[in-house]
Amino acid sequence: MAKKFLMKGNEALAEAAMRNGCRFFFGYPITPQTELAAYMAKKMPKIGGTFLQAESEVAAINMVYGAAGAGARVMTSSSSPGISLKSEGISYIAAADLPCVIVNIVRGGPGLGGIQAAQSDYFQATKGGGHGDYRLLVYAPASIQELVDLTAKAFEKADEYRNPAMIMGDGMLGQMMEPVEFSEPIDLSSLPEKEWATTGTEMKRKKNIINSLYLSPEELEYLNIKRYEKYAVIKEKEPMYEEVYTEDAELIVTAYGTVSRVALSAINILREEGYKVGLIRPITLWPFPEKIFDERSKTAKKFLSVELSMGQMVEDVERCTKGRSEVHFFGRSGGMVPGKEDIVEEIKRIY
Amino acid sequence: MYELIIAGFGGQGVLFSGKVIAHAGMDIGKNVSWLPSYGPEMRGGTANCQIIISDEPIGSPIVTRPDILIVMNKPSLDKFEDSVKPGGTIIVDSIYIEDKVKRDDVNVVYIPAKQIAADNGDDRLGNMVMTGKLIEIMKEIPLKDIEQSMRDNISKSKADLADFNIKMLESGYNFKG
Repeated sequence: MAKKFLMKGNEALAEAAMRNGCRFFFGYPITPQTELAAYMAKKMPKIGGTFLQAESEVAAINMVYGAAGAGARVMTSSSSPGISLKSEGISYIAAADLPCVIVNIVRGGPGLGGIQAAQSDYFQATKGGGHGDYRLLVYAPASIQELVDLTAKAFEKADEYRNPAMIMGDGMLGQMMEPVEFSEPIDLSSLPEKEWATTGTEMKRKKNIINSLYLSPEELEYLNIKRYEKYAVIKEKEPMYEEVYTEDAELIVTAYGTVSRVALSAINILREEGYKVGLIRPITLWPFPEKIFDERSKTAKKFLSVELSMGQMVEDVERCTKGRSEVHFFGRSGGMVPGKEDIVEEIKRIY
Repeated sequence: MYELIIAGFGGQGVLFSGKVIAHAGMDIGKNVSWLPSYGPEMRGGTANCQIIISDEPIGSPIVTRPDILIVMNKPSLDKFEDSVKPGGTIIVDSIYIEDKVKRDDVNVVYIPAKQIAADNGDDRLGNMVMTGKLIEIMKEIPLKDIEQSMRDNISKSKADLADFNIKMLESGYNFKG
């Protein structure tokens, strides 16, 4: 058995990134993700990598753009208001079809908001954030081990699809500690070569160009269509979710991230009391696991989306259950987190 | 399963105590979680951490009904007294907190932890006295594993205080109120 470490989510994520080939990190401090950058600052120089605290979030994301264009495994991290600042750059990176990993340890919003855990950036992460027709792969871990495992996956899938990937946690996940195991560091030379990267031609090949400006509408539309063909493949192959007790469930709770654990504790209490309640936990928020909602809405009478927001994922639940099931919402916002007793009460109210 | 809350002023070592307990729990093969308060309330107000030690996978890491509560200042007692499970235990540092616990459905242990630590030469180690008592009451983690965890987690700059920390853990563990 691998050695277990007791680590904060922020630190474990940073360690996992380095073990999975991340050699460039550009960021700007913001609570509640600052330990991630601090860990990088300490450890990155020891493995020959680059840690740089930029002068702003806008600078940091454009440094990511540059390093990604040069073929590096690169990451940036922030929390909600910082991700808003980075959104212009994220759109450019998506438009240039470049891989990178962006971490959002979400805090309460809108505006500067607060610093406690929230999930109110779901729309931003899954429906845009920046301008234009683009999508991010969005992973939503619920435990620190899963955070580590999905960090590996985010780097891998970003490279595979030449697309930015986001890891969306919340302040609780960033700050809490749980036991975690790491796989051995990957061998950088084992990664597939990025033939499109701008690494210098050495007069041996044609120039590679990284660009997001296309003044010809024909060309721009063509590229958008090609990119949506890529997204169609991602939607088919990459959705991830976990199901618990859904087979006979009359009411299915849907929740992601740390609040899904609170929801599961509530469901376990209700199962003992005889309620037929289950859970679908989306692990990828985009692509949203549409098929399982379609499937389960044929048997479950009701869905309840539990979120740390005023109601965002619930719109995807409504979309994917196609009016077959009643869809309800229960959420807290601004950094408030419901207890399992609150969720039990809400389920009993609508059951 | 045990659910714990350790609360006091920022700087009293409540987060460190929690980490030592959670780490020892991991070392003896339990599932554990450690969730800190963070943010502005750490300055001058209360800091706390919530720890779960369980044989089963841990669902919610949030502790709303602790089995055992350690309080090292009055605001923490006010904030968490009502949350303790009936039949649970509140461990109170009676030097920092002069008031008595109002509830009559919980066990209460008053320890002059700050005084015990001061009598031994450093009043900052009251957190270890309180931790020792919690370990004795909880009966889930052997004291030797807590002591090893303390040695594994103490920062390099304070390594010379390791033996003193252990002495304070033991005096809390053996305290008879």
